[in-house]
Amino acid sequence: MLPLLQTALELGLISSLTVLALFLSYSMLNVCDLSTDGCFTLGATVGAVVAISGHPYLSIIAAMAAGVMSGFVTAFLQTKMGVDSLLAGIIMNTALYSVNIGIMGGSSLLNMNKTPTVFSKLHSVFEKTPVAETNKLIIATTAVTAVAAFLYLFLKTRIGLAIRATGNNPEMVRSSSINPATTTIVGLCVSGSFTALSGCLLAQSQKSVNIDIGSGMVTIALASLLIGSTFIRSRRMGLRIAGTIVGAFVFRLVYTIALRFNMPAYMLKLVSSVIVILAISGPYLKSRYPELARRLEKKKC
Amino acid sequence: MLKIDAISKTFNPGTVNEKKALSGLSLTVNDGDFISIIGANGAGKSTLFNAIAGTFLTDEGSIVLDGEDITLTPAHIRARNIGRLFQDPLKGTAPDMSIEENLALAAGSGGWLSRISRKEKKMLREKVAMLSMGLEDRMDSPVGLLSGGQRQALTLMMATINPPRLLLLDEHTAALDPETSDKVMALTEKIAGENHLTCLVITHNMHSALSQGNRTLMMDNGNIIFDIEGEKRHDLTVDDLLKMFRSRSGRDLDNDRMLLSE
Repeated sequence: MLPLLQTALELGLISSLTVLALFLSYSMLNVCDLSTDGCFTLGATVGAVVAISGHPYLSIIAAMAAGVMSGFVTAFLQTKMGVDSLLAGIIMNTALYSVNIGIMGGSSLLNMNKTPTVFSKLHSVFEKTPVAETNKLIIATTAVTAVAAFLYLFLKTRIGLAIRATGNNPEMVRSSSINPATTTIVGLCVSGSFTALSGCLLAQSQKSVNIDIGSGMVTIALASLLIGSTFIRSRRMGLRIAGTIVGAFVFRLVYTIALRFNMPAYMLKLVSSVIVILAISGPYLKSRYPELARRLEKKKC
Repeated sequence: MLKIDAISKTFNPGTVNEKKALSGLSLTVNDGDFISIIGANGAGKSTLFNAIAGTFLTDEGSIVLDGEDITLTPAHIRARNIGRLFQDPLKGTAPDMSIEENLALAAGSGGWLSRISRKEKKMLREKVAMLSMGLEDRMDSPVGLLSGGQRQALTLMMATINPPRLLLLDEHTAALDPETSDKVMALTEKIAGENHLTCLVITHNMHSALSQGNRTLMMDNGNIIFDIEGEKRHDLTVDDLLKMFRSRSGRDLDNDRMLLSE
């Protein structure tokens, strides 16, 4: 059970980076960024290609830079080109499919079995000590801590406040002499870099990347985000950020337990879809309940 | 200070819904003016404000603010010099953010990556205390929890925290109960007076249109049908105003809300 728990923790932490990205774009900026899947894969492919060329540390920076670019284009389409924000994400996703295969040199699968990655580097540093086997945990924890701390500080800056206000009341942002297009672009660039980092780390930790690595990621991350917000109902920014990480971990944990009870692995995406539906429509149905109850009452009479 | 020259705006041109909202309107506003604007529904009062604030670009004409041509300037740039309040108290604030965060964003001091300093916190608290609504002890509460009057007072503070050249008030007290409305209006006059702001105020109250400020405009069909100030305005009654409307527009003023208000 312990190794299972460790795997759940590792995967939960790595995917929580995408959840933090959605926390910024979905919860703060109020943009449902459907390019998340493609951006996640982009981070994975760019990171893999750079690592394979012999630069494991540079691969992290390269992947994040690619994520920034992806976020920039998505944001540019919706703020400056008049493309609806959902459609901009879908279009980007489609475009990124080709881009990602192109980055992998025309193949849809890359193997990193013999490639030095950030994980194998750390593993060799602690060679033959018990710490070596926790290299994934250490790196994932470091990355999540860094990203969460950055996000916490970032959302308190002037641009961070402006991003939050953009999701809340764009008109008010404009009257504060700030262009909401700018805040959307900055926000999606930052969230894109988190998503790509998440993809990069997942690919390197499993030593391979295929073109489907990011498919359904937006739903999985959304499910984690919504689970997190039911666990921690606070207005304090620090707790909300911690909640999203907890959400990602709980989601993975439930999934891992379900696998133990012989749920086939391919059910992951169905389960995450159902969670998202329940989390979003639950409050709606609850608010409709009194009306439905009265209708039923009337029918009985 | 503000010079509007023959601006026009037509919505949905070439369709059955075509509406000429402003037709060749010209207006010169002098420094320190406090102008009340009245007119029937659809006369173009809010459209005029939208044109000045840059919500849309006008089809024709030019708008010059303090010698600078702002006809083509985007709204968020104009907002540096033009403050605006709407009738809907929800429009001016971000509900999920705290009073302090809303004000800090409006104050906009420091660079993009700067945070709210202790000094700034103190300054914002003092500003909020000036509203005398007890909000200074709730600086961390989300604005969404405040009443409409409190939100409108806060919006007023946000719009004037960096005193703008021009303040546009679009019936900003109309959605409030009479008591709060008076309070917000008194605050408006106090802040406008202290900062020597030039104000344009849309109102539906004919009495206050004649009593408050130094100048009264009446709009009809996308244009100004009369503009009155000084001695002549001082002696004017609401009845005179209605007569003038009839003679200039050739019909009766049929706005219940305007006629019924006191």
